Amino acid sequence: MKHFFLLAGFITLGGIPSAARTWVVAPGTALANISDALAKARPYDTVLVQAGTYRERSLTVDKPLTLRGEGWPVLDGETKYQPLSIRANFVSVSGFQVVRCGSASMEDIAGIKVYKGRFVYIFNNILEDNYFGIYLSGCKNCWVSGNRLQARGTVEQSSGNGIHAWKCDSISITDNRIAGHRDGIYFEFVTNSSILRNHSEGNIRYGLHFMFSHNDTYQYNTFRQNGAGVAVMYTRNVTMTQNTFAQNRGGASYGLLLKDIQGSHISDNLFSENTVAIYMEGCTRSHFEHNIFQQNGWALKVQASCDNNAFRYNNFFANTFDISTNSDLVLNVFEKNYWDKYEGYDLNRDGKGDVPYRPVSLFAMVSDQMPYAMMFWRSFTVFLLDRAEKVIPSLSPDNLRDLAPLMKPYVTRTATQ
Amino acid sequence: MKVATVFKLGQSATLRAETKRPPMPMLKVAKYAVYDILQNRFVLAYMLFLLVVSMSFFNLENDPVKGMMSLLNIILIVLPLVSIVFATIHLYNSYEFMELMLAQPLRRSDIFMGQYLGMAASLCIAFGVGVGVPVLIYDGSGSGAILVLCGLLLTLSFVSMAFLATVLSRDKARGIGIALLLWFFCTILYDGLVLMSMFAFSDYPLEKAVIGLAFLNPVDLARIAMLLQLDAAALMGYTGALFQHFFGSVTGGGISLLAMMAWIVLPLWWAARIFQKKDI
Amino acid sequence: MLHVQQLSKTFGKIQVLSQLNIYVERGQAVAIIGPNGSGKTTLIKSILGMVVPEEGTILFDGKPVGLDAQYRRFIGYMPQIGRYPDNMQVGQLFDMMRDLRQAAPEGLDEELIHAYRLPDIYHKTMRTLSGGTRQKVSAALAFLFDAPVMILDEPTAGLDPLSAEILKEKVGREKQQNKLFLITSHIMSDLEELATDVLYLVEGKVVFLKSMQALRTETGEERLGKAIAKIMEQQRH
Repeated sequence: MKHFFLLAGFITLGGIPSAARTWVVAPGTALANISDALAKARPYDTVLVQAGTYRERSLTVDKPLTLRGEGWPVLDGETKYQPLSIRANFVSVSGFQVVRCGSASMEDIAGIKVYKGRFVYIFNNILEDNYFGIYLSGCKNCWVSGNRLQARGTVEQSSGNGIHAWKCDSISITDNRIAGHRDGIYFEFVTNSSILRNHSEGNIRYGLHFMFSHNDTYQYNTFRQNGAGVAVMYTRNVTMTQNTFAQNRGGASYGLLLKDIQGSHISDNLFSENTVAIYMEGCTRSHFEHNIFQQNGWALKVQASCDNNAFRYNNFFANTFDISTNSDLVLNVFEKNYWDKYEGYDLNRDGKGDVPYRPVSLFAMVSDQMPYAMMFWRSFTVFLLDRAEKVIPSLSPDNLRDLAPLMKPYVTRTATQ
Repeated sequence: MKVATVFKLGQSATLRAETKRPPMPMLKVAKYAVYDILQNRFVLAYMLFLLVVSMSFFNLENDPVKGMMSLLNIILIVLPLVSIVFATIHLYNSYEFMELMLAQPLRRSDIFMGQYLGMAASLCIAFGVGVGVPVLIYDGSGSGAILVLCGLLLTLSFVSMAFLATVLSRDKARGIGIALLLWFFCTILYDGLVLMSMFAFSDYPLEKAVIGLAFLNPVDLARIAMLLQLDAAALMGYTGALFQHFFGSVTGGGISLLAMMAWIVLPLWWAARIFQKKDI
Repeated sequence: MLHVQQLSKTFGKIQVLSQLNIYVERGQAVAIIGPNGSGKTTLIKSILGMVVPEEGTILFDGKPVGLDAQYRRFIGYMPQIGRYPDNMQVGQLFDMMRDLRQAAPEGLDEELIHAYRLPDIYHKTMRTLSGGTRQKVSAALAFLFDAPVMILDEPTAGLDPLSAEILKEKVGREKQQNKLFLITSHIMSDLEELATDVLYLVEGKVVFLKSMQALRTETGEERLGKAIAKIMEQQRH
């Protein structure tokens, strides 16, 4: 919110200085090139670009400017150039179609790239067929909002990320739609930032890729059908709430991959139809609350070295397996969750089952060892084996129990479909 | 001592045998078989049982997917058992009926297939009403349709096996024994054996072999078809590529359907062949 | 008309029929007699196609009895023990048989149905009928289609004297219609009345097939039972 007021102030006040001019660029006029306008403009001027296709190789904004497109002017990178580079503070870019930027293996070429900008505002643009979409490098207090990014990459190597932020602080990524990139949104060394209401779908690798980025928040986003779901790694104090993770399916695909995460809050999210809803490794002191897990292959895969995590008031519906693990998870707390597979009773009517629930089934462990045994799931034989295991636990971790499973689903604030 | 006497008396009158067969004798036999089965009331009870069970599953679970998962167990266990045992017992009890038919100008194959059609139609209608209608009302999705289709195909295949069990033994008790054995093998033993051998040979890449083994059991075929619907997410992990590519593809689906049809046609064909030469 | 050639049949290790040869024509009423287990019922079932013989052929009107079931259109069969679907009503049974045989109503012979007053019990299910009543139903069904060949397996067993008499009279009348009758029975007096010829089977072999007339002349005995006993006596020597 802080950023919003700063930016709003900058936009309204920016127009007031008496010296400020508006440069109108249009094909066939005296000012037919954007580069001329950028050269002529003085700081805090406005460059208004009319409809048309502009092939001006690499444009660079090196002073505070408002760059606005009208009728969706096209900035064409001709698959060779980086159409728009911003190397200044207080720049806003909106209303453009940025297409076909170049690609290189040595350098990350993007549709719009911001170098060490402060208060740069990129909003309501359409970016198509770019290698990287919007690239923020070493920025602070920047806002990327309401953009639509579409790439058509097919393999990881030949495509870049949709919105890529590297070494940034206090940035906001909101209301963007990203599809077909390598990673929808990529954060590396980005702190105190927020990712809100974005829709990241059908990206080749991750819907959101998040590393060494502490104290960030992401909320109300939807990550759907991405090659490997969402990965959050090597990070402290992340808040992930009210997001939807859906249909991220495949051999190495996770709704949410948590690796070396500390002190984070994962709550009120919806995980639906993912191969693995949450895969966690080296995750400590984190809270998982009020989430809904439905029709996932595995709701949770908890690997060794996860401790002091708490799972409370989550709802587990129609998942093939609720939890599988390769350790005994003694140091984690599972309580007051709703498990649809729970078959206990509640004699004292306090809403909690009187016998503990064991969320790890024998066959979940078996199929971790022998994946193709999965084919026998729901076979009566397997059902009998699972039953026998429930009566006399031998393989499944003895201490992994929900001592007070809820009898009815917890009513969450999650936006269900 | 052999005394062969050829005795001739009276005039030799030639009967003009009409070669025209009555229209659809098989369907007629089927009609009376259905009539006979419905007299039994068991099929009605079975239908009501399925209806009550399906309705309660869908009502107890707020999620229709969960209801279908519970229903699947009924379809994989109870349906084969009821189909094979009821069909076997009823066919033994219909021997007099078949005897009566055999003295009439009806071909054996028409009698046999008519009986099959009658039995299959009765059980399929019971299943269609008992499970199909609730699934349609509460779920109405594509996976619901596949669940019902699987149930119908399994019914047909276990009725086929029942007919085979019946013609394999003249003794009713033994025939029911064979039927129960077939059921036990298909629903429990087979999976157990394959799982055990999978553990035994876990060091070898067995994915393809396991897919092949599924075709040797109609219950597994039906189960996997439903697995692809209910546990698609889990199946796409690890081996997902292989399973999805095979069973999820049009070709794989077609092959599975063909295999299921083979499980209906082959036992029935074998049984019909035996019946053709059987002394009543 | 009916020509059985070299017919053999075993059940397991027991040879039930052994190279049987028989030729019979319309107009004959053949009594098939022999001790228990001599193959009478098996022969009948072979002719009906219920039992599949291992060797030999049965020519019905010159055509082999095989997969084509149409020849049975010309056979009326009364089984030894009439077994019917338990839950079927008597009336339904008659309807079903008419339906299955595609018989035209004018071609039906309903004499026995009425003689036995069967319409009165049309609403009863087969399960509730006594053995004798079932036999009446069997008899009425056998004669219903006015078939030129009638096969009666122990027809009077289980029938009360009056019903048996009705049946015998019926057979007597039908004999005049140039039909072929094959009748098995253990009651010699019945056969004496009905048969024109006698087929004697022992252990699946034809001992003789002779006209009643010839039998009486050869043995000088009036009674069928005695005549047969005498023949057996002669053959032993």
